[in-house]
Amino acid sequence: MAELVSQEMFLNMGPHHPSTHGVLRLIVQTDGEIMRRAVPDVGYLHRGIEKIAERVTYQGFMPYTDRIDYVSAFSGNLGYALTVERLAGIEVPEKAEYLRVIAAELARMGSHFIGFGAVLLDLGAVTPFVHALRERETYNDLMEMLCGARLTHNYARIGGVSHDLPEGFKEKTLKFIDHLEYEFIDEFNNLISFNSILVKRFANVGVVSAEKAIEYTLVGPNLRGSGVQFDLRRDDPYSIYDRFDFEIPVGKGKFGTVGDCYDRYWIRIQEIRESCRIIRQALEQMPEKGEIRTKIPKVFKPPKGEIYVRTECPRGEMGFYLISDGGKSPYRLKIRTGSFSAMSILEELSQGVMVADLVAIIGSFDIVAPEIDR
Amino acid sequence: MHNLASIIQSILKELFGSSPSLDLLYTFLGYLVPCLTVVTVIGMIGGILTLMERKVAGAIQNRLGPNRVGPYGSLQWIADAIKLHLKEDIIPALADKNLFRLAPYIVFVGTVLTGLVIPFGGSFIVVDLNVGLIFLIVAVSLVVIGLLMSGWASNNKWALLGGIRSAAQIVSYEIPSALALLTVILITGSFSMQKIVAEQGLFPWQWFIFYNPFTFIAFFIFGIASLAELNRVPFDFPEAESELVSGYNVEYSSMRFGFFFAAEFGNIFVTASIATAVFLGGGNIGLDPYESGIGYQLLMVLVFFAKAIPLCFVSLWVRWTLPRLRIDQMMSMCWKYLIPISFVCLTCTALWMLVFNGNGIFWRMSG
Repeated sequence: MAELVSQEMFLNMGPHHPSTHGVLRLIVQTDGEIMRRAVPDVGYLHRGIEKIAERVTYQGFMPYTDRIDYVSAFSGNLGYALTVERLAGIEVPEKAEYLRVIAAELARMGSHFIGFGAVLLDLGAVTPFVHALRERETYNDLMEMLCGARLTHNYARIGGVSHDLPEGFKEKTLKFIDHLEYEFIDEFNNLISFNSILVKRFANVGVVSAEKAIEYTLVGPNLRGSGVQFDLRRDDPYSIYDRFDFEIPVGKGKFGTVGDCYDRYWIRIQEIRESCRIIRQALEQMPEKGEIRTKIPKVFKPPKGEIYVRTECPRGEMGFYLISDGGKSPYRLKIRTGSFSAMSILEELSQGVMVADLVAIIGSFDIVAPEIDR
Repeated sequence: MHNLASIIQSILKELFGSSPSLDLLYTFLGYLVPCLTVVTVIGMIGGILTLMERKVAGAIQNRLGPNRVGPYGSLQWIADAIKLHLKEDIIPALADKNLFRLAPYIVFVGTVLTGLVIPFGGSFIVVDLNVGLIFLIVAVSLVVIGLLMSGWASNNKWALLGGIRSAAQIVSYEIPSALALLTVILITGSFSMQKIVAEQGLFPWQWFIFYNPFTFIAFFIFGIASLAELNRVPFDFPEAESELVSGYNVEYSSMRFGFFFAAEFGNIFVTASIATAVFLGGGNIGLDPYESGIGYQLLMVLVFFAKAIPLCFVSLWVRWTLPRLRIDQMMSMCWKYLIPISFVCLTCTALWMLVFNGNGIFWRMSG
């Protein structure tokens, strides 16, 4: 009888695979169900957004920032607008700042609905995903009221925002926030967050220690999930975030080790509450009347110079590094995104876990493929 | 007269007379007609369950579910079946073509074979084998051969992983599910399905689930184990859409995929029927299934379905509520918890029979 030969299996997970959250390829080496290593292969969604920036005007680049991370389009808008404004020294009217904060926090919630919804979908729980999408639908409606678009908002402008608050928006938003704070989150937690199967799948899986998270430059909820309390909204305030009172949830190892998948998941659920708080305060403090946009010249040429501005996006820190040579379009624009750094730690985390855990780990980092590649 | 086949044979004999060659024909017809009926019934119920699943999922997820074909979408499953028939049947170039073609039928045959010994109430059972329950357990596990075959023949790594997972899973969960059923066999002393149903009664306290605390536990063990055997959430590893794309059936299209699908949903009904017949009294309404009139017999069928369909619903309900376990957690659950508990149930029921002289808990209470 011939001797049985056993060898490790190479699997191509992606570029089209249900749980790669876009177009992402992982070259997976497995020994049966056990993972030896998974090497991410990025670049399938590269659209050359940074290069495009060098060929369009400063104002004309705004719609492209929607597409950096289309799950929370406004976050990209805001980061880019802030960068150009700081470079050119443009003052933004008070009311526009409030509108920006409201839109940015709505975008954060909308993104987290997809974020924790999709990871639950990866674990086979379809219903919580649909429940989360139901809430995102309301977010879409609100953004549609605000700027007319449901996915790619293109709401911010250099010097302000495009539209003033529409009638009935305030009431509808408050109702939505109430629904989230008092109904949805508790209901959702009872349905799935405290489900013992989910806890078994998430707790102690994909543990990232605080040092490791900093080494790999994890940002945003992924960093806070490892217990590092760092949030640009508080630590390096931009816009008017220093006027609001909110907490920064960090991972405490609720059901397992600090920095496991459950912590990263739980952070996102808690951040919804904090976003609700910020929106409620912003709606209260916002002036009734006021300019929403500083006029900038049609042919807009910021002064020569370079600047780096970072904002806290749902997927962590998004930085715009802009070099201007005084022309009509940027000389160079580099965009730094949170999902990219989350990809780099994947290879180390995937060693020795099960195939099913890899799916949970990818999902818990809330990776959006277009944000990796730009 | 112990089954539908012999009833049909005797009717034919009365009508057309009897001779050795004719008797052979009668026997053949006597089995052919009920068999075809069972295939149709299980296929139909499988189809209706797909519709029910989508409706239940819709209700759970704040959606409407299918509502375009027919009133309230009630004909959707027929439209789906027609669509599957019309699709191109793709066989991958590097697949093992014969095995690839054969696999879906083996899965489907496994499901339909179990239908032969399901007592649908009254005299509606194709054949009342004296090893009925053993036959059921064997026929259900035929499915695993088909799944493994399809996973291997597809020549696709995801499908292969799915096939291997299904083999590991179904073979493991066979044990607790069989042991749970055996606790009831200790009480009846017979594997005959009709006998098992006849030993129970119309009222809940006459059902075997409430016979003693251990049969009560055995019922739930059987429920969990059969969810695993059905490859449904939280045990849907062979398909595990988000991990293995679609598992063993990833390369299948057209009606070959349809057969997998029909078998999966047919199996939901089959396991619900087994649970109904073995633990919940089946179609027993306290009358003799063979001697009573046709009206009473139909009532028994109604009672049977009234018990089986809610059990199917539970399976759908679980699917749309829970996430998936991990494969090692699933295995440890089976070997560390379900199998020991089911052994305890089996042993304790045996002791119970010895100590209480074969009386159930309610039989004892009532004197």
